[in-house]
Amino acid sequence: MQLYRSHVLVCGGTGCTSSNSEKIISEFEAQLANNNLQNEVKIVKTGCFGLCAQGPIVVVYPEGAMYTMVKVEDIKEITEEHLLKGRIVKRLLHNETHDDGSAKSLDGVEFFKRQMRVALRNCGVINPENIDEYIAYDGYKAFGKVLTELKPAEVIDILKKSGLRGRGGGGFPTGLKWEFAAKQPEGKKYVCCNADEGDPGAFMDRSVLEGDPHSLIEAMAIAGYAIGSDQGYIYVRAEYPIAVKRLQIAIDQAKEYGLLGKNIFGTDFSFDLEIRLGAGAFVCGEETALMTSIEGHRGEPRPRPPFPAVKGLWEKPTILNNVETYANIPMIILKGADWFAGIGTEKSKGTKVFAVGGKINNTGLVEIPMGTTLREVVYDIGGGIPGGKKFKAAQTGGPSGGCIPASHLDTPIDYDSLIQLGSMMGSGGLIVMDEDNCMVDIAKFFLEFTVDESCGKCPPCRIGTKRMLEILERITNGKGEEGDIEKLETLAKNIKASALCGLGQTAPNPVLSTLRYFKDEYMAHVVDKKCPAGVCKSMMKYVINAETCKSCGICAKQCPVGAISGEKKVPYVINQDKCIKCGVCMEKCPFKAIFKNV
Amino acid sequence: MKSLAELEEIRKKTLDQMSLRKGNDGMRVIVGMATCGIAAGARPVMSAFVEEINKRNLTDVTVTMTGCIGVCRLEPVVEIIDKDGNKVTYVKMTPEKAARIVAEHIVNGRVCVDYTIGEAEK
Amino acid sequence: MEMVNITIDSRKLQVPKNYTVLEAARFANIEIPTLCFLKEINEIGACRMCVVEVKGARSLQAACVYPVSEGLEIYTQSPAVREARKVTLELILSNHDKKCLTCVRSKNCELQTLAEELNIKDIRFEGEAHKLPLDNFSPSIVRDPNKCILCRRCVSMCKNVQQVSVIETNERGFKTIVSSAFNKSLNEVPCTMCGQCINVCPVGALKEKDDTDKVWSALDNPDLHVVVQTAPAVRVALGEEFGMPIGSRVTGNMVAALRRLGFNKVFDTDTAADLTIMEEGTEVINRIKNGGKLPVITSCSPGWIKFCEHNYPEFLENLSSCKSPHEMFGAVLKSYYAEKEGIDPAKVFVVSIMPCTAKKFEAARSELAATGYPDVDVVLTTRELARMIKEAGIDFKELDERHFDDPMGDATGAGVIFGATGGVMEAALRTVAEVLSGKSIENVDYEQVRGVEGIKEATVKVGDLELKAAVAHGLGNARKLLDRIKAGEANYHFVEIMACPGGCVNGGGQPIQPSKVRSWTDLRAERAKAIYQEDRELPIRKSHENPKVKALYDEYLGEPGGHKSHKLLHTHYTKRENYPVE
Repeated sequence: MQLYRSHVLVCGGTGCTSSNSEKIISEFEAQLANNNLQNEVKIVKTGCFGLCAQGPIVVVYPEGAMYTMVKVEDIKEITEEHLLKGRIVKRLLHNETHDDGSAKSLDGVEFFKRQMRVALRNCGVINPENIDEYIAYDGYKAFGKVLTELKPAEVIDILKKSGLRGRGGGGFPTGLKWEFAAKQPEGKKYVCCNADEGDPGAFMDRSVLEGDPHSLIEAMAIAGYAIGSDQGYIYVRAEYPIAVKRLQIAIDQAKEYGLLGKNIFGTDFSFDLEIRLGAGAFVCGEETALMTSIEGHRGEPRPRPPFPAVKGLWEKPTILNNVETYANIPMIILKGADWFAGIGTEKSKGTKVFAVGGKINNTGLVEIPMGTTLREVVYDIGGGIPGGKKFKAAQTGGPSGGCIPASHLDTPIDYDSLIQLGSMMGSGGLIVMDEDNCMVDIAKFFLEFTVDESCGKCPPCRIGTKRMLEILERITNGKGEEGDIEKLETLAKNIKASALCGLGQTAPNPVLSTLRYFKDEYMAHVVDKKCPAGVCKSMMKYVINAETCKSCGICAKQCPVGAISGEKKVPYVINQDKCIKCGVCMEKCPFKAIFKNV
Repeated sequence: MKSLAELEEIRKKTLDQMSLRKGNDGMRVIVGMATCGIAAGARPVMSAFVEEINKRNLTDVTVTMTGCIGVCRLEPVVEIIDKDGNKVTYVKMTPEKAARIVAEHIVNGRVCVDYTIGEAEK
Repeated sequence: MEMVNITIDSRKLQVPKNYTVLEAARFANIEIPTLCFLKEINEIGACRMCVVEVKGARSLQAACVYPVSEGLEIYTQSPAVREARKVTLELILSNHDKKCLTCVRSKNCELQTLAEELNIKDIRFEGEAHKLPLDNFSPSIVRDPNKCILCRRCVSMCKNVQQVSVIETNERGFKTIVSSAFNKSLNEVPCTMCGQCINVCPVGALKEKDDTDKVWSALDNPDLHVVVQTAPAVRVALGEEFGMPIGSRVTGNMVAALRRLGFNKVFDTDTAADLTIMEEGTEVINRIKNGGKLPVITSCSPGWIKFCEHNYPEFLENLSSCKSPHEMFGAVLKSYYAEKEGIDPAKVFVVSIMPCTAKKFEAARSELAATGYPDVDVVLTTRELARMIKEAGIDFKELDERHFDDPMGDATGAGVIFGATGGVMEAALRTVAEVLSGKSIENVDYEQVRGVEGIKEATVKVGDLELKAAVAHGLGNARKLLDRIKAGEANYHFVEIMACPGGCVNGGGQPIQPSKVRSWTDLRAERAKAIYQEDRELPIRKSHENPKVKALYDEYLGEPGGHKSHKLLHTHYTKRENYPVE
């Protein structure tokens, strides 16, 4: 048995991996060998820590020193100074951990200390490719308890009492869903996991899959027991190769330990799990389309009823839950329904993982109790807006959701409050926007996504969203017409009412929501042909202030299309016909003499 | 695995190996590991602490290193901080003294006064 | 069947538990507009025209797939529903090639009808529309993707019913189109040309290849002797093109119209059908007596033949080598008839009026030119004939009935029943039973092989032999039957296969009825009724008793299956690749 005195955790989430965390690990191993420390220090590759803006992340225990933005070249120093001599390398520490000389540990950091990591409990803590580490932190204990102490109906009861609602966006009470399926006559039933995570910018599920795959396996096995199923499928998007790899390793390890397969723990319960890959369609994250895809057909939604709990995969009773929903389940079983119900608000229990992105300092993954205000997320946990810019809105729910303006910053985040504001929780994407974002452009961005991803089965979505996009394109190109906004509203209302599936029914939301809170911006675009935020290129131009210009010529040199001309002692001028509005000149001007004229 | 008991075994075994990653709730043993300390033999001291603590299965005691504490002539230096923040500094440490400190101070709460810096200063 | 209580538009009713809202509404005489719905073929809730308000549901629901349940409350005409339907229809119209005036389906188009019914006065949401090339390379079917409204009825027909699967939705979102693999022409994929896709298309996105110009040209050419023959199925459906009820027998009017159009002679394909029975019956008896390849499978359905060549080449040797009736007729016309009448066979122009699109492909087969000239020059579908009649200003309904011309004009009842599924089998049995048993049989009605059941079986005691027969219609059923035979699960002597569900009466060239009619009336059964009625009223009902056919053999052919018969009336088949890879 190896007695290590120090564990060095290196983040192996996709974000940090693409920043060379794998190389960091091998460099560590080399440096440890050089210094003969390989038997004292253990390098552990973990899942995502969540503070992605500052990756690659390395945390050294037992001190809990969190190094951020670590480069391969830094490893020698970390090994020789910290691991060998005990001197923490201050320049690499996360800036918050500096505190009059001594290092604040991970748990004291503002980013982490306001979080309550339930679904992400093991991410950044264990090595996801080692089942023993999962077991060490009470892994499979819930499963054992369920199999030996609880009846299926009791498991469902616990879930109902806990108040857990689907974390994929629908917010449907999980216990109720399982109950519907359990009530179906005995026979073949299926347990499915929606790991398609199609919302752009969302990576909550990815982090769980990469950082704690066993929590999903355990939860699905518990679900199988509760509803009477012996077969599960995890539908993962093919764009997550690391997640797929770690899931397969985890499944194989679980099988090896007899935690999957026949007669688990010596009972007569058997459960098997298989991975199915997606093929690049956002619509396959929709429940019935996902099942149709697993069946080998073109991934298109089917009308409901019949609901999947009654007739799902291959017409058999099926439950489909999101990865994050499953990740909560072992904890609920171990700590009890009351514990979970004690977190959050009256109708939204527990925690929620958010992928925070956009104009915010601490981009990354956070898990917070339901009811945390948006203000706390943006300013306290998120570290505020970079450059000291003003907060404009936060988009939740991705292409299906809406934006929340500054006037509602103190809204406690939960399912119902967001819907009242015209948005929705969605899967947990939270994009922050500042004064430099144009809300019409944002709506167009989300609609472009939905139009591209529409499956094409029903006319409201297939043609309707396209027509909405065409109107928005005209508006952002300065060609808005009278009646355009009314047309958008009519289309939005009817698409929402008649589309066949959730994709179509929620596609108009970003437009409706931005119209609700930022109508003046739309009016400026349509009537005045102006873009107040200075984003829509056809309605703004870059102008050089003749008084401030010092004729240094840097802008002209930087301009990629040679649109700027001038000479010494004469103010430079931008040729608007040639200008492609890239903004480099404004960025590079040392005298701040170039500005956006809207 | 055929029983919950087997699962529990794996859990216990692995947890011990991972105890380093939990928060520092219990006692902390801080070994000075600067150049002077290493030269004076701090590494075997550290290993001795780690071995003793593991042998006795003391899961809430962590062993860390630190840089130069300052009293270089008295190296190897080890500081023991309990959960209330009370600090005891041991000097001129050896692996044998380490074992005794684990037994008496860490387990039984009795400071080994003769090894402390106070005594050495006299 | 258990009943449930529901409320539609504030009216309470009791309906069977397995009804959909659409069926329940129909039961209450409430019409809900549909577009993609076609009963039992396409029930997918895709077009969203049939949306209704369901109390307690978050959004509008599609009535065609939403099941009834106890206490359900529906509103079919609420303001939200009316508005949603209008917007959806306007959206569909905005992406549709709206050239109604020149469209073959004008006045028989479900989209046009719906736009009228829903009072669409303006299309508020115009924008990008598809501009895709036509696929008019196959001899039978033309595809116009710019008119397609993506209802997917054709896909379902080809994939689920016919199980040929050459068309499917490609791409996604706004770019979705219905097409074949790699967007190839129907000519280059294993399409059987059965034309069932045309029959279920609500708009003009699918239509037959129009060959009427060739016929006008021939009729206008004084040098040519233009003769026309009509299949049995045409005479029980042509009337529908002129507003007559489904199943009207218009044989006399049809002949009169053809005369008026200017054909030199108007013949009846049914006579050739009798000829076919002579040849095929002999073939069956021969194979049974001499240990030949069994079962003998009929070969008069060219859609089935092409299907067999692509998918079941191992059964090519089972196929009867007989040509289909109209091809046999063509060969006889350009030899026996031409000689008898003293006309140069090169000047004989044979036109077949068929309920079938696959026969256009068949007529172009190079091996079907027994006399050195194509046995049949042009095949027109029932629909094309109707168009010619209208173009010529003929008032079809007011015509006086006329009879077919001699010498090839008198068919037996056995020839007529070819038009319905089981007809060929029954006609053959009428002859084979008598020949094999050596006795005259009074009862000629073989009910066991009639009807719309997908696969029918019959065992007929013929002398010492227990003749085992099977009938399949629709290519999906053909697959089932052939797979059973392959697996050794069944042993037949004689099998009849028709590509089209219901047989020729429901052929790909027959009048198109909208879903409103087709979903609730069985066209196959109604038209077949007329066929069997005509059979009952004919004086002679067995092929071998046809005096004209007897004369043909005596004067010209010799004997059935003899050398001359073989040369003129028989053919061979070739295995075809499915997707040739270059």
